[in-house]
Amino acid sequence: MNMRMADMTLDGNAIGGLLREIFTMEVTNAEATCAGCGAVNAVGRVEVYVHAPGTVVRCPACQQVLMRIVRGEGRYWLDLTGTRTLELVET
Amino acid sequence: MILGASSVTGEISLNPHEVRAFGVTSRGPLLWTQAELVELVHETPRVASLLFNVPDWPGHLPGQHVDIRLTAEDGYQAERSYSIASPPEERSVALTVERLDDGEVSPYLVGELRVGDKLELRGPIGGHFVWRAGDDRPLLLVAGGSGVVPLMAMLRHRAAASHKTSARLLFSSRTFADIIYREELDRLAAASDGLTIFHTLTRDTPQGWTGFTRRIDAAMIQQVAWPKEQTPAVFVCGPTPFVEAAADLLVGVGYDPLWVKTERFGATGASGG
Repeated sequence: MNMRMADMTLDGNAIGGLLREIFTMEVTNAEATCAGCGAVNAVGRVEVYVHAPGTVVRCPACQQVLMRIVRGEGRYWLDLTGTRTLELVET
Repeated sequence: MILGASSVTGEISLNPHEVRAFGVTSRGPLLWTQAELVELVHETPRVASLLFNVPDWPGHLPGQHVDIRLTAEDGYQAERSYSIASPPEERSVALTVERLDDGEVSPYLVGELRVGDKLELRGPIGGHFVWRAGDDRPLLLVAGGSGVVPLMAMLRHRAAASHKTSARLLFSSRTFADIIYREELDRLAAASDGLTIFHTLTRDTPQGWTGFTRRIDAAMIQQVAWPKEQTPAVFVCGPTPFVEAAADLLVGVGYDPLWVKTERFGATGASGG
């Protein structure tokens, strides 16, 4: 990853609104378990790239893709292959 | 877990406003609503605070943000996230926005939007990068430029709280004129209620400046950060390179990475503003 890409890294806080279009509960304080390395991180803490076509979410420990989200033409396409579990907090 | 179960049920007396802030729910659909600009305050040459009246605003927590959506005549839409600057105790929702000259949204918000104009807004959003005044841990806030905005909501919330935990703010700005909320921060620090503010300027410094005069580094963090034995609550916000440098330095003084909550803007100017 070159410096410019690294500078564009956001975190899960940035997609709180997008995730609330899909989930009825707040997601940034949910804990995601990486299917690759098993690391557990609050979604607010994971790496987010929004400059791809769609949104790519990566594990901060091993860089595996946790989620891919594409929105368009009246649909949401959500790939959660890299997320083993998502633990949401009731408020 | 992070939000501290002890804060709600502890001995701390809460005024009704604080109770309202704690009662914020984030269930159900997040809907766009029409927000009306009721006041515009110029903070620095490039930064303005916009106060919105948002119908049926459910209340918020310091650190949360809203999304703003602009729609062009041809139907093209642009969405951006902006941190809330106002504390939960205030009725209106204040955003403080830096104008990025190559941005799509910020030049409209800072420059074209007038009092009485309406735009689409949704929120509050976020449950990770939030702080409540009932959290007893010493508070360390580290801001780069307009990264101070959500941290200001925390300081304003703290100022309104009956119980004030010890707090420190390290705020990096380019020049003296670029220091957002400078006079209000001076007033908050002058209250001598356990808040200490450290400024650093990375470009020009005025004569007689007594703050730091460099980018944040290990020596600065060492001087400003609470000893790790005090297990502080830490919030870092700013451009991505700033946030990553600060977070690394804080881990370098022995902080558990889980104490350090971060919010990144992306590289300044590259995020589309």
